[in-house]
Formats: sequence, C-alpha cells, structure tokens
Amino acid sequence: MDWRVFFRSIFAVTEKNMRIYYFKGPVMIFGLLFPLIMFLTFFIGRDLDIISFFPGFLGMMLFFTASSVGPLITPWEKREKTYERLISLPVILESVIIGDLLAGAVFGVLITAIVLFVCALFLNLAVVNAAVLLISMVLGSVAFAALGTLLASPATNNPSNIMMLSSLVRLPLIFISGIFIPLGELTGLYFILTSLSPLTYIVDLFHGALSGNAFYPAWFDIMVIVSVILVFILAAKIIQRRNLVKGV
Amino acid sequence: MDAVTADNLRKSFGSVKAVDDVSIRISEGEIYGFLGPNGAGKTTTIRMLTGVLIPDSGTVSIFGTDVHKDPLAAKMKMSVIPENGTVYSDLTAFQNVLLTAKFYGMEKKEREERAVDILKRLGLLERKDTLVRSFSKGMRQRVSIAAAIVHSPRLLILDEPTTGLDVQSRRLVIDTIRHMNSEGSTILLTTHNIEEANALCSNISVINKGKIVATESPEKLKKNFDTSGYVEVSFDRPVGEDIFSSPGLIRAESWGDKWRLFSDDPDFAVRYLLSVAEREKLKIVSIATSNPTLEEAFVRLTGEA
Repeated sequence: MDWRVFFRSIFAVTEKNMRIYYFKGPVMIFGLLFPLIMFLTFFIGRDLDIISFFPGFLGMMLFFTASSVGPLITPWEKREKTYERLISLPVILESVIIGDLLAGAVFGVLITAIVLFVCALFLNLAVVNAAVLLISMVLGSVAFAALGTLLASPATNNPSNIMMLSSLVRLPLIFISGIFIPLGELTGLYFILTSLSPLTYIVDLFHGALSGNAFYPAWFDIMVIVSVILVFILAAKIIQRRNLVKGV
Repeated sequence: MDAVTADNLRKSFGSVKAVDDVSIRISEGEIYGFLGPNGAGKTTTIRMLTGVLIPDSGTVSIFGTDVHKDPLAAKMKMSVIPENGTVYSDLTAFQNVLLTAKFYGMEKKEREERAVDILKRLGLLERKDTLVRSFSKGMRQRVSIAAAIVHSPRLLILDEPTTGLDVQSRRLVIDTIRHMNSEGSTILLTTHNIEEANALCSNISVINKGKIVATESPEKLKKNFDTSGYVEVSFDRPVGEDIFSSPGLIRAESWGDKWRLFSDDPDFAVRYLLSVAEREKLKIVSIATSNPTLEEAFVRLTGEA
C-alpha cells in the first residue's frame, strides 16, 4: 500500500468533515453553549463541590462534543448521495473511518480546551499533572470520536435513525460511568457497570491530572482507553465493510 | 496495456443475480459504451470496477493494478462520476473541485489553476464561489465532472452522465468527454441514450439481466441485425395498428404521427404499405426507409421493445 496516499486520504477526509460538518456557526455555538447548559444543570442550586466534580464535568464535555456530529456524517452523506462519490476517490475504508474519527477528535479537544480555559479563569483549578491532562484529553476525544464513527456505521441513509441509536447508547454510558459518584465508593454490580463505560477511565485520568486522586493507575486507564479505541475502529470497519459487500 | 480488465465478475443480492460472469476489456485511449435497460446490472458492474462494491467473485484491474488488492493505487489512475453520486452542496463549485484535487495529491498552485481552467471550460467560472446548494441539476453535474477531471485521469468512468440534463448541459458533457479522450483519457460510459453511445463510442457492450449479451463496435453491432430495416410512413389521418397485419412484417410501432414497420424485406414493406393505403383509402403524406439502427440491435439483444 502507498502510505503517502493513505495518509493524504485521511487528512483530506478530516479536512472535508471539519469544513462541512464541524466548523459551522450553529455547530460551534452548540459546542460552546452545551457545556454552559450542562454546567448550570449540574451545579446551580445544588450543594456540590465544583472542584471535585470538575473532572466528571470535563469528561462529559469531551464525551458529548467528540461523539456528537460523527454519528451523523456517514448517514447524512448517504442521503445526500455524496458518500458513493467519496468512496470512489482514492480512499479505503480505513481512511474514511480514521478521517471521520480525527475530525470529531479535533472538535472535541478544541471545545473542551476552551471550556477548560474559561473554567480555569473563574474556578480555582489546580493541575497536578499537565502531561496526563493532555494525554487524557487527546485519548478521550479519539475514543469518543471513534464511538461516533462506530455509531455511524449501520446501513442507513436516514440520520434520524442514527440519532436515536446514538442517544440510546451515549446517555446510558453517561449514567453508568463514575461521573457522579467517586469510583472508590462504588461496590458490587454498580462497580461492574461503571467499569463498562470508557468515560469512567477518562474521568479517572482527569481526576489524576487535576487533583491527583485517581482510582486506577494512569497506565491502566490509558491501556483500557487505547483498547476501546481499537475495538471501536475494528467494529466500525467490520460493519462498513459488510455494507460495501451488501452494496448499502 | 488494457485500461480496464474485468474477469468473471459476479454479484448477487440475496437470491437475485445482479451481475453474472461479466468480463470486460477496454483498450487504452478508447471510448467504451456500456448499454443496458434499467436493472440490467450496469451500475452494479461499474461499482465493482471502481472498488465501491466488493464482488462475490472475479477480478478487476485498472491499468494492471488490481482494484480490490491495491485500491489506492488503482483509484489514483481513474476518476468516477457515479450515477448515484453528487458533489457537496455546502461547498462552492471551486471548493468541491479543490477538495477532489487534494485526494489526488495535486499541489496547491496546480490545483487552483487547473480548477479555474476547468470551471471556465464548463461555463461555471462566474459562479465558482457560489454554494452548489443553489445550482440546478445540470450545473451540479458540471461541477461533478469538473471535480472528476481536475487531475486529468487516465481512466474516466461516467455512469449515466447525461440523464435528466437539459440540451446545453448535455452537449457540454459530451464535448468534455470528447475533449478528455482527445487528451488521452480512456472513457467508460454507461448510458440509456443509444444515439449518444453510437456517436461517442468505439466499442459497446450490451448487458441484459446481469450478462453481457454482445460486445462490438456500434457499426458491427448494427450489421449483425442488418436484416431488420424499417419503413416509416405517415398518412393523412390516424390509423390503428390493426391495419398492419402481414406475415412479412416483424412489428409495427407508433412513432409520433407516423408508423414504423419493421421487416426483413423493405421492398415488401413498401409494396405492402401502398396496398394498405389503396385498400383503406389513405393518402400517404411521407414515406422513408431506414437502415438498421443501434436501437434496433439494442432492442433485439435485450428483448425489450
């Protein structure tokens, strides 16, 4: 395989997605307003310690922004009839999947970085480990964007079907993750359920980076997240390849 | 070297055999037509040739590169205008062409110059910075073609490129096909329009029910059916099909205010028409004989009238 053409195709798909789907007024405004609304929902009028819940809030932001648009791209392109043209260009399935993923990841990192910066101005946030913070933002955005790409894979040209599926998968993942209750306080079935959400490990990394109070060692969180990314990409590839065989 | 070599392509969707043992050879530099009625398997074949659809069996090579083993290298040598594909509505005509050029690795300056040149040739230069969303179907198709030829592909594949276009857009598309061919591109064209294929193509394959039923030059294809000329006649008043009934006639077709009588023996058909006019007291307004047409060959091959 010509790797130069492969990488070029990835970046061309990423650029196309950023230009057409992400860097648009309404999407950017939604991306920036959404964290504010979530912040108000969770913290206003409740006796919560903002600093100790901030890693969970940040994880949730990353989760929503990185995985919000990705699920809609492929079904949208199939409906608009641009997908057939895209895959007849010098691309392979992996280019399209990774290109979609990178666009979501860049958007997720960008919005979350802005949120983090703004919050740092108003809240007394401490950063214990900047490297872990950076790694967790990058890995988290890639993992959640990969989830978005996986959700985009079922054979449909109707974005609303995928929106339903996306809500059905993403919302439970929020509720079973260790955002609201510290992992150390969970036992039994609750702990097992929490362990199933990739968001749990990102939030744990954020805890480690911002306060040093992580439940798992950083290497373990990173290993789990990298595994999740690979599983999501592989699953997306299998489903999309099957679509190519079926011609849908 | 052949531009396209497809061997024994097969594709089924459930119990339906969409393409059944199709093999194609297209020489470098030719304009090759792929004809067939709706649902014959044209688009499915094209999708397999372009790597968009994975065949159940068979191989495809583009200038010697296997599409399914080395898709990136094979796709770099060709460009496709899919029947069911269009350009991005949320980009301008210029952005669409530049985006495609990026996939083919063209340098910034080169792709911008080439995009301007092609958009100018296709009559879109003044609208180059307008979002495609506001374009008519014909203009969109021109943007689609501009994007497809920006890198001067060695092989250009067009799936029904003129369907639904107005006369001007259709002519522009045909001119562009000829221009690309004169610059060295090999062209593979699927079309319903038989006269278009007749005028453009040096070789034609006719596909029906998933199988190739003939591959010839248009003239040879017509000669294969050279017993079937027709006589076209119009009378001074409308008549029904029932008056044309003779063992020497293959069939009669209503053709606007005229009738076409297909026969193995045009001499017989003319004499018969004169006798019918005499018998029914009809005045002949016009009468003309015609040589076999590609359309007749197509109808015979595909079994559809």
